[in-house]
Amino acid sequence: MAVYKRTYKGYDGGLTPQWSRFMILPRYSYARLFQSKFLLMFLAVCAIYPIGAAGFIYIAHNVSFLKAINPQAGTLLDVNEKFFVYFCNFQSVMAYLLTAIVGPSLVSPDVTNNAMPLFLCRPFTRSEYVLGRMMVVLYLLAWITWIPGLILFGIQADMAGWDWTKTHLWIGWGVFAGLFVWTVVLSLIALAISAWVRWKIAAGGAILAVFFVGAGLGAVTNAVMRTHNGSLIDIAQMMATAWGQLLRYDTGNGITSTQAWMVLGIVSAICLWLLSRRVRAFEVVK
Amino acid sequence: MKADKNFYMQPVIELAGLGVRFGSRDILKDLRVSLSGRTIGLLGPNGAGKSTLIQSLLGFVPLTSGSASIFGHDIRTQQKQIRTVVGYMPENDSFIANMTAVSFIRMMGELSGLPKDSALERAHEVLFYVGLGEARYRPLGTYSLGMKQLAKLAQAIVHGPKLVILDEPTNGLDPPARIRMIKLISEMRAVTNMHIVLCSHLLRDVEETCEEVLILKAGRIVHYANLEEERRANKRFVELETRGNDTGFADALSRLGCETSTAGYGRFKMVCPVGFELREIYRLAAERDLQLRRLNYRRDTLEDIFLKAMEN
Repeated sequence: MAVYKRTYKGYDGGLTPQWSRFMILPRYSYARLFQSKFLLMFLAVCAIYPIGAAGFIYIAHNVSFLKAINPQAGTLLDVNEKFFVYFCNFQSVMAYLLTAIVGPSLVSPDVTNNAMPLFLCRPFTRSEYVLGRMMVVLYLLAWITWIPGLILFGIQADMAGWDWTKTHLWIGWGVFAGLFVWTVVLSLIALAISAWVRWKIAAGGAILAVFFVGAGLGAVTNAVMRTHNGSLIDIAQMMATAWGQLLRYDTGNGITSTQAWMVLGIVSAICLWLLSRRVRAFEVVK
Repeated sequence: MKADKNFYMQPVIELAGLGVRFGSRDILKDLRVSLSGRTIGLLGPNGAGKSTLIQSLLGFVPLTSGSASIFGHDIRTQQKQIRTVVGYMPENDSFIANMTAVSFIRMMGELSGLPKDSALERAHEVLFYVGLGEARYRPLGTYSLGMKQLAKLAQAIVHGPKLVILDEPTNGLDPPARIRMIKLISEMRAVTNMHIVLCSHLLRDVEETCEEVLILKAGRIVHYANLEEERRANKRFVELETRGNDTGFADALSRLGCETSTAGYGRFKMVCPVGFELREIYRLAAERDLQLRRLNYRRDTLEDIFLKAMEN
């Protein structure tokens, strides 16, 4: 460091555009997150199913190869909405686990170390802070959910031809919309829990518990009350119902898609409310 | 650095009936003042509302009445403009423990709008400037209290703000670290055109660094003082004890411009005018063959001003 630079001087250079500043937080978070070999390994594992599914699409369209294996195989392998439903189900579980790994370290370090005033005393709003932290999970989840989903749809469209693509565009939309909503809901739940539960291990456990406890209580309620409404507290069931509507299949859980979307909306709203209570520059101690 | 004359003429902070209430409790009540000094001290006992005033200026606390402005920007409607030109050093520990100092300060610089490269360069510069150059690659969680205070100062000035708000910057520092911090604040004031608001309950810190002082008590402004003017206008109080014939001594002192009163038994109290030389007293006493047994003199210190304000 040059000696002349050891004297303080003002800054009169240019400034970055305001809209882009929420992207700063993910950059620093990734620098820290990707130091973890476990995370890298997990991301590699998340790529196994999409790669296998791409191979499946290739085989399904390679008739001569199929016939060589099994003359009946051509009728067994069909790339349709069910294929994408399986893909969504599998990758959504991986997304859920990834959220439990990454989520706890999102907001809790800032709350624990009282760093909020330092973020919010700058030209950086609470919304931008939440969006920035949310992007950390959203990016990662996108790379294991809807991006490979759309790539698979693209491969299938390329191999099946324009006629198939025209009549099955809704599958592409369903995969994208369904998985995107799932990643948003997961991100919000992770952020809200990370903001309120300061201990990282407990926060990770709480993220898992939100789904397991909801599923368990929902199943018990359904069994005891002989109703379907217990599933309304099972977020995974709600998401499956929403996918059912988007990918045109029946989940058979007795919940309507309207109910499912409403529950997902309410869960997201509760998470945002919890975040608004926590993401503040200071706390009034009563 | 040559300063723009208009920059100093413009009020830094203007409070117009500012009031803040938490629940049913009034924390700040009808604060009205215009501050334009380079270094402004916020003084007051614990619970006076100093930190709340700072938080309301930064937009952390909603106002319940009145308004305020920083460099002419309304704090209700122009928060982004204000936060672009303001740096804030909070009172409590505020950092991200597992980040190194340089990446933390760089991130703070970027959040203030600095481009990546400039933020990195300035992060190194300010860390060297505050004396953390050698420790800049260490995680902040491993820093001592004094180092954390310096890191907080570094993040407050990394983006070159026009106004830096320092909330209890010498809290928990040992004497050498405190001296270092006060020296840094004075240097910042001297080498840049930066304005500084120093919030403290330590009178010595404020007295050593500030030109203007705002004293708060129970959420109200109880005194505003321009220390520079007070220092200039401050008369010296002298107490004398003499032995011998003091006839005409009081009159002689009055003729030199001193306000003198006698307390009997050869004792005098006087207020000396500006530029008065104490040797004149010795000369007058020598002329009258008067023994000076005791001579005490003192200025009105900030402590006197503060205590008077608290009594009021």
